[in-house]
Amino acid sequence: MKRIVSILALAVFVVVAQSASAQTLKTVKERGTLNCGANGQLAGFGAPDAQGKWNGMDVDICRAIAAAIFNDATKIKFVPLSAKDRFTALQSGEVDVLVRNTTWTSSRDSSLGLSFTGVDYYDGQGFMVRKSLKVNSALELNGASVCVQQGTTTELNLADYFRAHNIQLKSVTFATSDEAIKAYDAGRCDAYTTDASGLYAERLKLANPDDHAVLPEIISKEPLGPSVRQGDDQWFTVVKWVLFAMLNAEELNITSKNVDQMLTSTNPEVKRFVGTDGAYGEQLGLTKDWAVRIIKLVGNYGEVFDRNVGAGSPLKIDRGLNKLWSKGGIQYAPPIR
Amino acid sequence: MSLGIPAGTAPARVAFYNDPKVRSVAYQLALCVVIGFVVYSAADNAIVNLRRAHIASGFGFWNNTAGFDISQTLIEYSSQGSTYGRAFWVGLLNTLLVAALGIIFATILGFTIGIGRLSRNWLVSRACTGYVETIRNIPLLLQLLFWYNAVLKALPETRDSFTLPLHIFLNNRGLILPKPVGQGGEGLLWLLILAGIIATVIVHVWAKRRQERTGERAPVFLIGAGLVIVPALVYVLLTGFPYNFDLPQRGRFNLTGGVEVAPEFAALLLGLSLYTAAFIGEVVRAGILAVSRGQAEAAYALGLRPGVTLRLIVLPQAMRVIIPPLTSQYLNLTKNSSLAVAIGYPDLVQVFTGTVLNQTGQAVEVVAITMAVYLTISLVTSLAMNVYNSRMALVER
Repeated sequence: MKRIVSILALAVFVVVAQSASAQTLKTVKERGTLNCGANGQLAGFGAPDAQGKWNGMDVDICRAIAAAIFNDATKIKFVPLSAKDRFTALQSGEVDVLVRNTTWTSSRDSSLGLSFTGVDYYDGQGFMVRKSLKVNSALELNGASVCVQQGTTTELNLADYFRAHNIQLKSVTFATSDEAIKAYDAGRCDAYTTDASGLYAERLKLANPDDHAVLPEIISKEPLGPSVRQGDDQWFTVVKWVLFAMLNAEELNITSKNVDQMLTSTNPEVKRFVGTDGAYGEQLGLTKDWAVRIIKLVGNYGEVFDRNVGAGSPLKIDRGLNKLWSKGGIQYAPPIR
Repeated sequence: MSLGIPAGTAPARVAFYNDPKVRSVAYQLALCVVIGFVVYSAADNAIVNLRRAHIASGFGFWNNTAGFDISQTLIEYSSQGSTYGRAFWVGLLNTLLVAALGIIFATILGFTIGIGRLSRNWLVSRACTGYVETIRNIPLLLQLLFWYNAVLKALPETRDSFTLPLHIFLNNRGLILPKPVGQGGEGLLWLLILAGIIATVIVHVWAKRRQERTGERAPVFLIGAGLVIVPALVYVLLTGFPYNFDLPQRGRFNLTGGVEVAPEFAALLLGLSLYTAAFIGEVVRAGILAVSRGQAEAAYALGLRPGVTLRLIVLPQAMRVIIPPLTSQYLNLTKNSSLAVAIGYPDLVQVFTGTVLNQTGQAVEVVAITMAVYLTISLVTSLAMNVYNSRMALVER
């Protein structure tokens, strides 16, 4: 009799324990830390250094979100995720935001239950080969083996591109990018493919980086951006506007060095940005100085790009499409007003 | 001696809710209802939450185009024309292939190790002991990674491939064999060979019965070989060999043509077989030690040599003890093949629970299907082994 009662009680508990409705910003504030899904193996975007400190463009976006919420860019827990597990981690609530060089596609926007908040890096897929093979174009790779990471748009684009050009290829897929690049280095395949920014980053891991060349073809559009779960509009808006704040700051020439002087500026756009005018921060659910926190603790988009993947980093990638719209690129942020 | 119950008394009447039989039925019904309710509400909860989170559900993804390539396939598969369902079958066949070959090699090696460990030759028994103790105590994943890297490092680059006779090449992309391309008559050839094999089995059964009746042995092996080879040979001589070979040739990057056996497959097979063989060796040793010594001594007293004693007297009795744990080892091998994910061999878990799950986002359906598949494979294997076991059982009086 006792056992039956306890089983019934358990059944009732199971039925009642539904998942709480989405209030991510409130949960993050109460918890005191932001759980951020990151790469863990990609230099320039998300990787811990020798001391265990995380660095990278995606990492800095997460730090910007934490800075806006907590005024402290270190209140973050980074969860390293492989391409296979990244969406399940976000769907299940293990991370609050996924900033892991993830391409924005329609199927990911719809059937996975998550929404992309913007594009922090406009990228495209490319190939890397050994210089000794004397290959100058991806179209010459007929019959080649290509190492690729599993669970990425890279896998799909590879098959499409080679089909479209009537070329045969053998793709060898690996669970993580580390294994894929090791196999490429060991000679298991002739070429390695991933987003072009990733190629430069992974080349640094090879035994002789100068023996490898990146081919000129960019075979797909890969807009990389942060994503959050669907059903929480407030959190979606917060994450979206953190990136836009960084872009607006670069347009207004506000950097981490001069943000304090900008607090006394008379330029109306700058006044709205730093919070002297209007209540834009409070409307988002943050504080008045939300944008100042971001720029002071992390930097504007240009600074973040430079120190992680641009001229101030070992990767030295040109800004290209990622320049501001006013300078010839396509990074464009709506105004704060 | 008589009990104090007068004859002809009916059993005492109790209320129906105190009757033990009624009570037990009632409790079992109540438990069924509770379990059914829990399962239903858990499923309902999952569906409602998936819908609320806007995650796609249902099995519609099965017929969507896959879009990705698989490096090793036993059946036709193309990234543009094949569906996720087809990718599932490719992964499943790869798993079954590795599991079947792994079971065969592990059994052969395992029996050798187990018997070797009981050998009176000091070197052989110590070597087998060392093998078992080393391999058993290192995690399988590490062993797979070791074999994968060892296999890859030992093999040369494509341009320096080892060239073996019969146009077989060996390099770090794999073993490349000439591919037989059927010209049309090969169906009949295989049919003749199959008929020969069935005939051999029948001859074997007949010869065994004859031996039990009259004591005379028939040369089953020779007869069987004749039954299989001779009709096939006659057919080939009359109609010509029905296969043309697609020979591998050096392309710019890899060898084109031919059939390729990837190093991932070799490494997985090697790692799984060696690992499971260590466990099977111990199971076999336990089985042999379980047979009472009197059997072997009686056999020696009859003048039988140790090898013959082992094969005809000890092992058949040991099989009764060996088969149940052996079944477990086979199931372990089948499930361990899912570690192929770590070295890039496209088995069921890598293709289906890895890539398909990631592309469709439908974790619940995909994992449930994978679990059901492994459960089915395991149940079928253990069913087959249990049938074999019951035929081996001691027939009690």
